[in-house]
Amino acid sequence: MNFNLSKEHIMLQQMYKDFAEKEVKPLAEETDEKEQFPVETLEKLKRYGFMGIPFPKKYGGEGGDILAYAMAVEALSKVCASTGVIVSAHTSLCAAPIYEFGTEQQKEKYLIPLAKGEKLGAFGLTEANAGTDASAQQTTAELQGDYYLLNGTKIFITNAGYADIYVIMAMTDKSKGTRGISAFIVEADTEGFTIGKKELKLGIKGSATCELIFENCKIPKENLLGSEGKGFKIAMQTLDGGRIGIASQALGIAEGALEETINYVKERKQFGKPIAAFQNTQFQLADMYTKIEAAKMLVYKAAFHKENKLPYSKEAAMAKLYASEVAMEVTTKAVQLHGGYGYTREYPVERMMRDAKITEIYEGTSEVQKMVISAHLLK
Amino acid sequence: MKIIVCIKQVPDTTEVKLDPKTGTLIRDGVPSIINPDDKSGLEAALQLKDEVGAHVTVLSMGPPQADLALREALAMGADRGILLTDRAFAGADTWATSCTLAAAIKNLEYDLIIAGRQAIDGDTAQVGPQIAEHLNIPQVTYVEDLKLQEDGLLLKRSFEDGYYMVKVKTPCLITTLKEMNEARYMRIGGIFDAYREKEVDIWNLKDIQIETSNIGLQGSPTKVKKAFTKGAKTAGKVYDVAPKEAAERIIEKLKEKFII
Repeated sequence: MNFNLSKEHIMLQQMYKDFAEKEVKPLAEETDEKEQFPVETLEKLKRYGFMGIPFPKKYGGEGGDILAYAMAVEALSKVCASTGVIVSAHTSLCAAPIYEFGTEQQKEKYLIPLAKGEKLGAFGLTEANAGTDASAQQTTAELQGDYYLLNGTKIFITNAGYADIYVIMAMTDKSKGTRGISAFIVEADTEGFTIGKKELKLGIKGSATCELIFENCKIPKENLLGSEGKGFKIAMQTLDGGRIGIASQALGIAEGALEETINYVKERKQFGKPIAAFQNTQFQLADMYTKIEAAKMLVYKAAFHKENKLPYSKEAAMAKLYASEVAMEVTTKAVQLHGGYGYTREYPVERMMRDAKITEIYEGTSEVQKMVISAHLLK
Repeated sequence: MKIIVCIKQVPDTTEVKLDPKTGTLIRDGVPSIINPDDKSGLEAALQLKDEVGAHVTVLSMGPPQADLALREALAMGADRGILLTDRAFAGADTWATSCTLAAAIKNLEYDLIIAGRQAIDGDTAQVGPQIAEHLNIPQVTYVEDLKLQEDGLLLKRSFEDGYYMVKVKTPCLITTLKEMNEARYMRIGGIFDAYREKEVDIWNLKDIQIETSNIGLQGSPTKVKKAFTKGAKTAGKVYDVAPKEAAERIIEKLKEKFII
């Protein structure tokens, strides 16, 4: 067993840190405060290759691997969780299913610009009445000659409005239940496709979360991803991969909160000494760090499984379950150790605590992760 | 266009301590970086590559660990890395270093050689100019801006109190200031390339043509007689007074010490 990172990954970590601290961190507070999608950062992310890390060069990617991608989301989320999820949703939920299930022509047309960062991607599965029960899809796609007619509404869609390419799930045959769901590649400027209400959220406020409305959208037949009826499988497998991204985001948030806290407790004095000198502080820090390291092992192991074509559904679910709970716990403790200041916007830990909560919810709630894990144990 | 950029791997701080016995730097535990002036020179070369498609070779003399600095340059976009490393090169002063680098450059084709003005661990600013002398080519130092022209380069040569605009024909050597630009980050795919697709060539003494009397410690006319860490200054005095009075006191003190 070898826990050493390769030379490439060590150099990547250094580059990610450098980039995140200089380019992303200075904007994190404003991104949150103004609920502003970081458009300028996106340009820089594109320039340095963040939008196509795990895809082969022939498809416009960086020729990297899943671990390199996970570490990027981790490093970005350490300073700004909104930026982290933009990269995660784009890569795992849009570019990845096209890479894994797309035809050569679809990859040529959509994956290349996505991986190069020229186009931004998003994914639409969730509906008002189809959340955890994804099988209750009401969006429909009806085959009419050489196109499908898409109708329905998706909600809570990350990168909505800014994305150019969407992977959308819709019912092609209601009578077949989950086997009647198909996946489609939908371009943003398709007639009849509009962006609905923008959600006002507790955290990750810089990430755009909106409704997608499809009214008689004509989707060319060649934009069917995989075959008819394979949508549910594509969605579930895509979410398995997405969970590695969200687990990395959660890990990054926790690491960011710990780093802020370590700096703070060394400076903050009470009863004539820095609060770092108190054993309560020391024990809290020890717990926070230990849990973060445990989460990191799960996240990196899930990335290793996916990279090496080993089964990774359970591993990704465990990584996401644990890392998101650690993120919530660590950020809550970080606020507590900052005391009253931690509750104010003068310090970033309150933002991190708000950002952490979503990691327990999206791309499968913690409860869904437990269902996935136990299903593997009991099969 | 063929460009050679000379880079040096240096400790990432100006606060490294000297070993009082040997007079050399204590490098243990200090992370290494590409010398800032050199990194701007590399960025200038990469910008030329973006503009006109130059081929960029990075060259460094140093211990085997300097491989990391060359890989970083490759990850930023350089095409080729050459590490001059040999026990015989160790302990070189600026003369021996410039002789060795110039000998290596004689094996290569070039239109432009770029070196950083000076290294943060030595501050001599001698190696670049000496290389130009060994190669008998024109040199322009302290370059803060560079424009490609039909018959050569138009350079802004900066000083504390002004600048010259200098035209120079290639092949030539320039030394660059870190203020010249903001160096780019490594590109993610570039990092994979730097380890998987590109190579850092290792050149030893046998790979270059040079008199052994001009290399390493033996070939270095500079001898360090004594090195010492400056003692700490005495604690300053704090005056807790209104800003106006504070300004007056500062001026008074500066006059007293004949600084103004």
